[in-house]
Amino acid sequence: MIKLLSSGFYTSIQDLGRFGSSDIGVPVSGAMDLYSAKLANHILGNNDTNAILEITLGKCKLLFDRQMIICISGANLSPKLNNKNITLNSPIEINKGDILTFDKPVYGVRCYLSISGGFQTDVVLNSRSFYKGITDKYVLKKNDILPINVNRSKISKSFSSVKINKQHFVTTIIEAYAGPEYELLDKKQREELNKTMFTISKENNRMGYRLEELMVNKLDSMLTSAVLPGTVQLTPSGKLIILMRDCQVTGGYPRVLQLTDDAINKLAQKTTNDTFKFKITPL
Amino acid sequence: MSTYNLTYKPFGNHAILIEWSSKIDENTLKDVVFYKNKIYKNNIKVIVDIINTYSSLTIIYKYTIKNIYDEILTLKLIYKNPLVQSEVKNYCWKIPVCYDLKFGLDLKEISSKKEMDIDSIISMHSTVIYTVYFIGFLPGFLYLGGLDKKLNFDRKPNPRLVVEKGSVGIGGVQTGIYPQNSAGGWTIIGKSPISFFDITKKEPCFSKSGDKIKFIPISLDEYQQIDTQIKIGSYQLEKELLND
Repeated sequence: MIKLLSSGFYTSIQDLGRFGSSDIGVPVSGAMDLYSAKLANHILGNNDTNAILEITLGKCKLLFDRQMIICISGANLSPKLNNKNITLNSPIEINKGDILTFDKPVYGVRCYLSISGGFQTDVVLNSRSFYKGITDKYVLKKNDILPINVNRSKISKSFSSVKINKQHFVTTIIEAYAGPEYELLDKKQREELNKTMFTISKENNRMGYRLEELMVNKLDSMLTSAVLPGTVQLTPSGKLIILMRDCQVTGGYPRVLQLTDDAINKLAQKTTNDTFKFKITPL
Repeated sequence: MSTYNLTYKPFGNHAILIEWSSKIDENTLKDVVFYKNKIYKNNIKVIVDIINTYSSLTIIYKYTIKNIYDEILTLKLIYKNPLVQSEVKNYCWKIPVCYDLKFGLDLKEISSKKEMDIDSIISMHSTVIYTVYFIGFLPGFLYLGGLDKKLNFDRKPNPRLVVEKGSVGIGGVQTGIYPQNSAGGWTIIGKSPISFFDITKKEPCFSKSGDKIKFIPISLDEYQQIDTQIKIGSYQLEKELLND
């Protein structure tokens, strides 16, 4: 097992998400940056579907009770094993009693910790992803214990770390398709969407990111329809909201853009005051 | 079933949005649900989820859609195929609601602003048979259609931080039941002891799109009785099969 000595800012178990329950109003959830989460699993030879630990903005401390292999991908939150720096994107051998700490972000916002065999918290509606009212817990707290199923404790062959593209964390381009209501925007609004350097407000979390800039908006709310992670809504006040993995399944604001899968992953590595531009592909 | 003029458009790179003309209408809903069930019946492996709302279906694919026109064609053929039938059963659920002032926190306000006595509000709210259009907002939150226009009431300017699970409210032209404790701006007129979302059950939400809901007024005593029966597992929710 793994024990949380300190929970950090926001730490939860996630996987690829919960599908097939939208008709009873259950959100998709899943790792915010699926690219990094999958990478953490791949490096250990796990399946994509294995559950990983999502750690947001550091300040998290873990205690291991036995030998195992882990891998950390995604944001660099200054991970240290027993106070020594460790490599990201590489398998790491853990011994009984080891303490792993995460501190200040060097780059990125969310990091992913995989263990061989994956975390074994409860499967609810076909997924282990935490969500309030669905799983027992929705965020981990100090002294919580994470069940694991260790099937390997030694690194079998020499394995150097995987080189990652830093652009994933620092890019200021967020790619999006025109959304279902894009065509309702006038020429000026489209130009604004294309040209503005947008700023992420402090209201950003697993449900969605609100942006600071105000757009001129004369569009009314619409009849409630489906929304997806990555849907960009234009609210009556003129503010944009980018929905993320824990978003509701339906919403009533015009859906002006839809982020590409890759763009959702990149946005998940950004936080308050970070800026970016949309690069819009017409469908 | 009559054929509607539908529009198909990509919704990002792994979903397709199918739209009927935008309105809250029972016949549209029937067609939406019918089409959804037909798609499910075809058991297309790459479709992982379908979201239905008042007048749209969103088909979610497991992978990036390679050829959108092929997928749209497949969907169109399913819609037109008369051989694929939908066999889903819909029910009318009798939902006990206690409209006592203990739970009906805003009944007095509605009564004075609308100049209607509380009994007429209760009778108006519990006479209608509501249609379950879809579930969204929160797990187990039913979007109901059919509220009497006379009962339309604006959302509160300052939402309550906690609306208790089971609270029955009115928000604009809609009425609904909070499936869990939640912040909320609807005016509250009563409370039901029934759970609309119970994750411990195999089917966490008993109701689905296309069902009907009838509210049955109960006294405070009956509320307590039913609440106890639910806790010990002896309560049986009353339902009627809808023949269509």
